[in-house]
Amino acid sequence: MKKVLVLGATSAIAQATVRLLAARGASLYLVGRNVENLDAVAKDAATRGAAKVESKALDLNDFSAHEALVDGAFQALGGLDGVVLAHGVLGDQTEAQRSWAATEAVLRTNFLSAVSLLTALANRFEAQKAGTLVVISSVAGDRGRQSNYVYGASKGALNVFLQGLRNRLAKSNVAVVTVKPGFVDTPMTAHIPKNKLFASPEKVARGLLSAADGRKNEVYVPGIWALIMLIIKSIPESVFKKLKL
Amino acid sequence: MKAQESWGRYPRVEQRTHALTWRSDALPEVSGAVLPHGLGRSYGDSCLNGGGTLLMTSGLDRLIAFDAATGVVRCEAGVSLDTLLRLAVPRGWFLPVTPGTKYVTVGGAIANDVHGKNHHRGGTFGRYVRRFELLRSDGSRRVCAPDENPDWYGATIGGLGLTGLVTWAEVQLKPISNPFVLQETVPFGNLDEFLVVARESEADHEFTMAWVDCLARGRKLGRGLLYRGNFAPPQFDRLPLAKSHLSHGMGLAVPMDMPAFCLNRLSVSAFNWLYFHRQNGKPKQRLTHYDPFFYPLDAIYGWNRIYGRRGFLQFQCVVPYATARDALREILERSSRGALPSFLSVLKTFGDIPSPGWLSFPRQGVTLAMDFANRGEKTYRLVEDLDKLTREAGGAVYPAKDARMSPESFAAYFPRHSEFAGYIDPAFSSSFWRRMNPVALPFSLESERKGGAAAPQSLLALR
Repeated sequence: MKKVLVLGATSAIAQATVRLLAARGASLYLVGRNVENLDAVAKDAATRGAAKVESKALDLNDFSAHEALVDGAFQALGGLDGVVLAHGVLGDQTEAQRSWAATEAVLRTNFLSAVSLLTALANRFEAQKAGTLVVISSVAGDRGRQSNYVYGASKGALNVFLQGLRNRLAKSNVAVVTVKPGFVDTPMTAHIPKNKLFASPEKVARGLLSAADGRKNEVYVPGIWALIMLIIKSIPESVFKKLKL
Repeated sequence: MKAQESWGRYPRVEQRTHALTWRSDALPEVSGAVLPHGLGRSYGDSCLNGGGTLLMTSGLDRLIAFDAATGVVRCEAGVSLDTLLRLAVPRGWFLPVTPGTKYVTVGGAIANDVHGKNHHRGGTFGRYVRRFELLRSDGSRRVCAPDENPDWYGATIGGLGLTGLVTWAEVQLKPISNPFVLQETVPFGNLDEFLVVARESEADHEFTMAWVDCLARGRKLGRGLLYRGNFAPPQFDRLPLAKSHLSHGMGLAVPMDMPAFCLNRLSVSAFNWLYFHRQNGKPKQRLTHYDPFFYPLDAIYGWNRIYGRRGFLQFQCVVPYATARDALREILERSSRGALPSFLSVLKTFGDIPSPGWLSFPRQGVTLAMDFANRGEKTYRLVEDLDKLTREAGGAVYPAKDARMSPESFAAYFPRHSEFAGYIDPAFSSSFWRRMNPVALPFSLESERKGGAAAPQSLLALR
């Protein structure tokens, strides 16, 4: 990936990924909501060696702006060969259970906005017959659990969408990489007590980039989560529904 | 509340932490005092805030700008010196002043006004800080420079993180032509020989420092090895700069707290004897990469665990040349008789280049750093005695390495402390600062002393 669009560039995993891409001398188009924070990430990337850094402050929940955003990124970098989709919200499960509005907000950001953006991007990548779409999903999408099934559902739906997209784009030489991090120590999880399963954003970013380089399909980062989720997925539903997970 | 350690792992205090993420954010609203905390390489309690909150600056680790033509770098306060080296060395620049570890943040280097092996040539880190932004708990932001808010600039350099949060800083780097140092090792037989060799070395060498065998007594008291060097001269191409990073760093790690019996008088003594004699008493010259030259201990990750769960106390003092010989003899003798003599002791000379920081530690004279395994009361008393000896010799003890100096000593070492106190952010404090200022008194210690009155009993009890 030499000319990369990063969606949700101020998220911790995206920032760590941006640093690695900058060190490789990539050109970057960064999108985030907060102008000042986005500027801080852009300057960091430029100082660390990115060939070119452009940024655009935008709320990605505004779907009507997506087509123009993708156009702008292609124009600014003179084409795109990579996308890292990193924006998302954790939401509050209890709040979501009480209110459809809270549930909808999670689904809109994590699933619908991703689908809207990927629709615009996939068509262009399909036409140019090249490129890598990297999407940060979550292990939470592998199985619904009472403690965060709204977030999990948004990521689970995203995983299925990506499977279909991968199937469709395979013949066009476009890679669709689903990255499933486990627990990551970021501002998104600042309120959760940390244990040994928490990985640093830097570690996740390295895993993400090596998956992108290898044009992998679905990867767990760190790899231990493949084993953990294999076990979690293999518990029979009749047993699973009685567990406190 | 959880225990957060300083590098010496003593004292242990309970405090909360709050991670900072963006330099444009306001300070968090928390109850109790806050204190910025970088990579926690201060040894004692100056980076701790018992009962309060540490503002963890590791999230403020972005670079802002680097001008490869002038060597000026601007970055957030949580950026480590390691990150700066990775950025600057391949482009022909190096830190103007660096401490013995690269795992300190720019904010921490400012707060402690760190020094390096080149104090006689370059002075302290603070001299190369062109500008920084200071965020106060009232929400105000000040750009501080020698000619812009100079009082805040002077109070914050060496200000132990108490004047507010430094969000970003601009540092002037210095040019190098390759990543190698031409190093010479010169053995010296005692303290007198050290003083001669050290002064001589200053003329032709940018970097000097000496390892001392703390167990040598009598005529050999203060014997050791002096390391001196300069960056190697230019070569024909710039390839060495481009490939300047060694991959072996961080390869070794201390996997667990070492049991106390591993370090004893016999093992330390054997190590020191071997270390001194592998030289055969002759000077030796070699070309070395900057990494092992400046940061020998960084190669062993978590070396502080060698001292076990109870940690260790570091003591670093500087004494003026006039009193150096006698004072250092006394200090070395006293420490070699202690419960466990220092394993790693370093001697170095400081030049007369002044720092802009009001509370800066380095001043002209000879500095000695030692670390003592924590053996409880015996060790505390030893370090307190060394503090007294330093004060009597007209010297000073380094707050970043201290856990036991007395408030009276602090006041004597840092004559501008009361002026400084007016610049402390009301929401900021540290365990060190409260130890130096046990209670808010209606009178000052100085006026008490001037009046000739003894300090009241209650005050002594409070320490």
